[in-house]
Amino acid sequence: MPKTTPLNAVHRALGARMVDFGGWDMPVNYGSQIEEHHAVRRDAGMFDVSHMLAIDLHGIGARDFLRRTLANNVDRLRTPGRALYSCMLNHTGGVMDDLIVYYFADEFFRVVVNAGRAEVDLAWLESLRERHGAAPELLARRDLAMIAVQGPRARERVWQALPGTRAPTEALPSFHGVQLGELMLARTGYTGEDGFELMLPGACAESFWQQFVSAGVKPCGLGARDTLRLEAGMNLWGQEMDESVSPLDAGLAWTVDLASARDFIGKAALLARAQRRQLLGLVAVERGAVLRSHQKVATAQGEGEITSGSFSPTLARSIALARMPMEVKTGAPAQVSVRGKQLEARVVEPRFVRKGRILVDQR
Amino acid sequence: MKTPEHLKYTETHEWLGPESDGSYAVGITDHAQQVLGDIVFLELPPVGRRYAQGEACAVIESVKAASDINMPVAGVVVAANEDLSKSPEQVNADAYAAWMFRVKPENAQDIAGLMDATAYAGHAAK
Repeated sequence: MPKTTPLNAVHRALGARMVDFGGWDMPVNYGSQIEEHHAVRRDAGMFDVSHMLAIDLHGIGARDFLRRTLANNVDRLRTPGRALYSCMLNHTGGVMDDLIVYYFADEFFRVVVNAGRAEVDLAWLESLRERHGAAPELLARRDLAMIAVQGPRARERVWQALPGTRAPTEALPSFHGVQLGELMLARTGYTGEDGFELMLPGACAESFWQQFVSAGVKPCGLGARDTLRLEAGMNLWGQEMDESVSPLDAGLAWTVDLASARDFIGKAALLARAQRRQLLGLVAVERGAVLRSHQKVATAQGEGEITSGSFSPTLARSIALARMPMEVKTGAPAQVSVRGKQLEARVVEPRFVRKGRILVDQR
Repeated sequence: MKTPEHLKYTETHEWLGPESDGSYAVGITDHAQQVLGDIVFLELPPVGRRYAQGEACAVIESVKAASDINMPVAGVVVAANEDLSKSPEQVNADAYAAWMFRVKPENAQDIAGLMDATAYAGHAAK
């Protein structure tokens, strides 16, 4: 039996097409994935992301534990509510998972991890905790639902639906969160648009969802979430990286703190092994076949491979993220092998659309 | 899910419908378009080429994935719907109006062996 979120009945009542998503019964779309995608770029859409797991770390040693566990530097988190994107590495420098960590107090952090990695992550963190001196308590918050409301008008529609949230979040900077009783609002997301991610008791999820619908927020499935994150050039665990891939080869060097003296799990392995690949973007030159993961990419500097590819609703053509040889430069031509034919593509920076704006040259 | 009575259906979710010139139009079913999601690309078969029954002859790509279209009956392709390949979203709007190509069947028994609407509705519901 697949696992269900507190919003499962709501999705079914809305006529969602449900799929098994890493063991969870989740909506892939409510009719048209492309319309849902545009709603987020142009106005406001929302996603049930309750399958992701929040893990609270309480107690003395919480910061020290994360300093040792995460590749990004939690010492950058000094103001309560501040969030940080980080990889959690294994001892060989591969990516166990990517996550967001929120700092609330020196003895209280919250990390939010991928649904499909939640059990592995918990076991990993527990195993590290046992070896750690003053270890924090780990609390898996399966009781929380999560709703991501995203788009240029997402914040104002949340405020319209929940007027009490306006004053405490109007000045909330990007990548910060705030706790309002049992509700947490964070100005984060996975779409390249402004908006909030809300964490709330599961029992309240349905009522919140309905209030957002009434405020004009369009329900969106995980299909649109994937094309939005791809356009934004954001990595997906299992596609751009996994336990065998170095974050440096997955375009995540900016999240890895190799500069400070702090030691963390995987650091020695990363220092011993230089970056071998770079993550770049591809745009199909012709409006032809769709670029997909695992397709081979030929360039004058050698062969690469697509890690994620799809049709971009905003560009109305196919785009992809690809792991490429270090010598490949943006602007270079590339040929992608699709069903035995060569599809012309161009190498670009791995960010296609942010805040409703197309970032790549559309020749 | 719509399954018009006058069409024949395959297990791989193509429909086949008679045209006035003796050829048959082929498309994908309403059920198939729902499963695939937004259609964004079509690769149509060349006119004049012969295919065996069940042979992959075209490709349909949705935002999610690429899928083969299989030839419902042995025969030669006599027309391909180039207008449809310019606006493939028409497949989502009305799967039974969105014919992809027309085939001239070689054997009448190929057609007789396909599913009728009732049998297909049962097959698709599985």
